[in-house]
Amino acid sequence: MSLERFINQAVSSWMSEEGPDSDIVLSSRIRLARNFENIKFPTLFSHEEAQAIIAKIEEIHHESSFSKFGQMELLKIDEIQPLQKRVLVEKHLISPNLAEESPYGAVLLTENEEISIMVNEEDHIRIQCLFPGLQLTEALAAANEVDDWLENHIHYGFDEKYGYLTSCPTNVGTGLRASVMMHLPGLMLTQQINRIIPAINQLGLVVRGIYGEGSEALGNIFQISNQITLGKSEEDICRDLKGVVSQLISQERSAREALRKTSNIQLEDRVFRSLGVLSNCRIIETKEAAKCLSDVRLGIDMGYIDHLPKNILNELMILTQPGFLQQYAGGHLRANERDIRRAALIRERLKMEQDKR
Amino acid sequence: MICQECNQRPAALHFTKIVNGEKTEVNLCEKCAQEKGEMFMFTGGSGFSFNNLLAGLLNIEPSVQKQSQNTFHQEEILQCSGCSMTFPQFIKVGRFGCAHCYETFKEQLPPVLSRLHSGNWSHSGKIPKRIGGGIHLKKQVENLKNELKELIQQEEFEKAAQIRDEIRTLEKQLSSSNKGGE
Ligand SMILES: [Zn+2]
Ligand SMILES: [Zn+2]
Repeated sequence: MSLERFINQAVSSWMSEEGPDSDIVLSSRIRLARNFENIKFPTLFSHEEAQAIIAKIEEIHHESSFSKFGQMELLKIDEIQPLQKRVLVEKHLISPNLAEESPYGAVLLTENEEISIMVNEEDHIRIQCLFPGLQLTEALAAANEVDDWLENHIHYGFDEKYGYLTSCPTNVGTGLRASVMMHLPGLMLTQQINRIIPAINQLGLVVRGIYGEGSEALGNIFQISNQITLGKSEEDICRDLKGVVSQLISQERSAREALRKTSNIQLEDRVFRSLGVLSNCRIIETKEAAKCLSDVRLGIDMGYIDHLPKNILNELMILTQPGFLQQYAGGHLRANERDIRRAALIRERLKMEQDKR
Repeated sequence: MICQECNQRPAALHFTKIVNGEKTEVNLCEKCAQEKGEMFMFTGGSGFSFNNLLAGLLNIEPSVQKQSQNTFHQEEILQCSGCSMTFPQFIKVGRFGCAHCYETFKEQLPPVLSRLHSGNWSHSGKIPKRIGGGIHLKKQVENLKNELKELIQQEEFEKAAQIRDEIRTLEKQLSSSNKGGE
């Protein structure tokens, strides 16, 4: 398969399209957790109960299909290839938990992959909407529509006092996890991020790297999400998160301007060195690739580089993960083989843009 | 002990994870752990340690511990009729077994939930339509009454009067919808 076709098939709309403030906010996600009232949660349910839930979702999907957001497809976890599962995880369409530890899991996906409904993960139902840029309100509205559709057919576990009842007490109430993925190289380079993260935590929000382990954030990409799901309305949760995100956006923008003023040539040097590495490497590890991609994306946003599309960071962070590399290669790759493939894929992708010119 | 992934090298990493309420021992060699680790690295961790973390969090809560001990020693152990889960089990696993657990453990839950949700223990968000307009109205009235209190404290009497009228209208609706529904 040509790389271009592979990319066209692999990329979801949130990776390729631009949204509001998408120079800094890569994507917005809303997740709603819901459960059937009279069936044990997936931690304890029987095989038969799990099957009954999937059958019910299948029935709803077939008999009153919901097409506002495009045609949906139902994938059962035990029927898809391990590599395909991994790719779905890498695209953030299903959770690692659903892929690895939910033998009775399934997912309903829309064509553009903006909406996915996970079945039999930690909760019976998890509705997820993933939009490009800062679009929490829009994603919440879409998630609510999907929720209303399912609610017409399912008796959800709900309590007047505790709200939507979930398997884990950290999700009860709204069952809502709102999160925003942000690219914050300016705050990293000016070393402000270590001061900012504790302040954000104090507001009841969680900051973590999406790629990378522990406190490390590969590619300077951070996810900010709400922790509290009980006692606040969905709109308030999103509004509070959006408020913090807006502040972060303006701090990141001023950090970038400060960098331009104080160390213009150093920054330009860093950007073009990284572009040089990506365009010429023959072996590259995830960590170095992520660092260079972040530099290049910053270079695009700040106008040093004008021949590359912005979404290259999003796209290549996803496409150079192990599952995708192996899918593109058509089989299993060892770690060192992946580093070679990763380098080749990045070079080829950059060459595609060169050829377009 | 031999690594469970490759069945070749000796296992160097040992840990416990909880799947479907059951504890599973995991034993991996360094190489396989690395391979697996890469998967988690990309996906921000799959919550291997989260269960333990939560159980830890719930356990530190002194009042919870006391209550769970009380129920354990004095009366019969609280057990959910929907899924047979007991409260000590819930504390250990950090997950409820079914929606009815919330009703079963309602006495024990406020301190647990308020610890996890910054002092909140009552829902004020979306409500399923099937529950009917009743709750929606009740919640709205509740919210308005709180607002009214604040306005009076701030001596914003004009606005307070408006809110009072709104509450009256809603309460009328509420009593008529209750009659209609029953
Ligand atoms: Zn091994
Ligand atoms: Zn139960």
